[in-house]
Amino acid sequence: MKQSLTMQKVTQLIGLGSLKSLSNLFSGKIGKDGVTLMLKKVVAPLASILLFIGLWHSGAKALYNMEADFKIEKALNDQGEKAADEMRACIAAGETGCQPNTLPSPAQVWASYKSLLKDHNAIRADKLAFKEKTAAMNAKRIAEGKDAITYTGRPSFVDQIMTSLKTVFAGFLLALLIAVPIGILIGLSDTLRSSVNWLIQILKPVSPVVWLLLVFMIVKTMTKNSESDSAFIISFISVGLCAMWPTLVNTAMGVASVDKDYINVAKVLKLGAVQKVFKVILPSSLPLIFTGLRITLSVAWMVLIAIELLAQSPGLGSFVWEEFQNGAMDSNSKIIVAMFVIGIIGFLLDRIMLTIQQMVSFNKNEGV
Amino acid sequence: MAYLELKNVCKTYGQGTASTEVLSDINLKIEEGEFVAIVGFTGSGKTTLVNLINGLLKPTSGEILFKGKPVVDTSHERGVIFQNYSLLPWLTVGQNVAMAVKEAFPTESKTERSKRVSNYVEMVGLGPAINKRPKELSGGMRQRVSVARALAMKPEMIIMDEPLGALDALTRGNLQDEILNIWSKDKRTALLITNDVDEGIYMADRIIPLKPGPRATLGPEFKIDIERPRDKTALNDNANFMKTRNAIIAYLMDIGNKRKSVSNAIYTLPDLTPKNFVGQF
Repeated sequence: MKQSLTMQKVTQLIGLGSLKSLSNLFSGKIGKDGVTLMLKKVVAPLASILLFIGLWHSGAKALYNMEADFKIEKALNDQGEKAADEMRACIAAGETGCQPNTLPSPAQVWASYKSLLKDHNAIRADKLAFKEKTAAMNAKRIAEGKDAITYTGRPSFVDQIMTSLKTVFAGFLLALLIAVPIGILIGLSDTLRSSVNWLIQILKPVSPVVWLLLVFMIVKTMTKNSESDSAFIISFISVGLCAMWPTLVNTAMGVASVDKDYINVAKVLKLGAVQKVFKVILPSSLPLIFTGLRITLSVAWMVLIAIELLAQSPGLGSFVWEEFQNGAMDSNSKIIVAMFVIGIIGFLLDRIMLTIQQMVSFNKNEGV
Repeated sequence: MAYLELKNVCKTYGQGTASTEVLSDINLKIEEGEFVAIVGFTGSGKTTLVNLINGLLKPTSGEILFKGKPVVDTSHERGVIFQNYSLLPWLTVGQNVAMAVKEAFPTESKTERSKRVSNYVEMVGLGPAINKRPKELSGGMRQRVSVARALAMKPEMIIMDEPLGALDALTRGNLQDEILNIWSKDKRTALLITNDVDEGIYMADRIIPLKPGPRATLGPEFKIDIERPRDKTALNDNANFMKTRNAIIAYLMDIGNKRKSVSNAIYTLPDLTPKNFVGQF
């Protein structure tokens, strides 16, 4: 009971309140009023999911048939009647060599998801075995002052997700560390604001790709003599630079538009400049700062995929790109799996930020 | 020498042809330990007058002297109770008061300060609510916090800008008594700005009407000769109370009517443009 209560609290907090009625459904505590509520909160979303999958399935099937017809027609035109018949038979038999390459169906995507998971488990087992095998040797090497032998096998899909999350958080942190202090300074001083406004206006709409190239130019030179992971550095800095603008602007706006009443309070209490900033101005602009950070995190996640794809740094972006280049039977469905994973992670990140945002925000009229 | 003295004070907003003279030729003397009420219509410049006295605004011309020295800035000697409470919503009741205490008594130790905070919070009857945030309090409770915050700085003069304007009649009556109670304990000088004549008569030693603005100025003062402590229920039968009340209301009605007849229906609105952030970012 206690567990289900905390569960409800958590789901409510992250804005998934509709899950509550779902859990009620399973725990059997549903009243007469609950039926309409359940229809609205559970049945309708489920129906829309089913409808979505149905549309996707039929659309994929139509595309598949179109692509198959093209293939057969091409064989007919190029090599004649016999080749066309062979092609038709080959497609019907489901052989890998002649499958039409088009939008995968939901079932194919699900199968790819399972195979990716299986692949991940295999790699993890392999890693563990490697670790066990080399444990003794590594201990000896370290004792001799040499570097330990590390696993250099290919990363699994889950590893790629983790790398992406690591990059996005590094970029987000960078954006936070740059944008919040600068935003505060700009917000406090009218002169500073008007003097750097042009720069912000020009840099804000610059595309992620250009940021990547700019960062590449600088980081390439800076890391020439070091052994650090320059792909990771380049991608997280680019992500940070692309995504920091909403936070910068929101912080500056929040700081510049603090309620006059609070400023009067600060004056009447004779707070010093530092006290005034940290005790009155910052707390009162926190809601806007967090709104900015929420946008920053979602922008960071969005541009991350594109930047990883271009910077050849490991992660979901390069996974998608490699699968696209690979052109294997299940490449397309793996890309779709990645798409859903990206979407779901983006959604969860946004929910986390929303929760924090709601915690720090207050109603403007509360103190009045 | 008066405790607080305003000499020919004028306050003008805006510049050049767009300027509006809100307050004109204000002369006021308040003696130490006195309780003075200024009564005026809404929009007559009451808040401007308060902000001039507490140092948030500077007069366009004229002089404001506090204990013989010109007022140039806000000071802990003059505590302010704002019309809209102005509590910081992200701090608890205790923290709101503690902020003032910390500024007013920077040399005191932490325990001394926290004792001061709890003393004042208890004095306004909010002891059990010390860890609550303003949003959890009613309007009356919020204003009590504001009172505690102003008094915790141990100001020599308390300036109240329509402190009870937004409260319901019952809460208002209670808080009036509480403020009077606190005031009578150590007889600090008090200035109350209000739009309620009865409140002024009940609380103050003197009432001075503020003629409606623009170009608002102070009218003739009315002395309240009613023994303290005053009894609210008995006031209505007090001949002195009735006389003073009628005189003040008659005066206010009169200037109100004059203003209507004089006015040629041109209302000069202040020339304000909302700050535009959109283009700036």
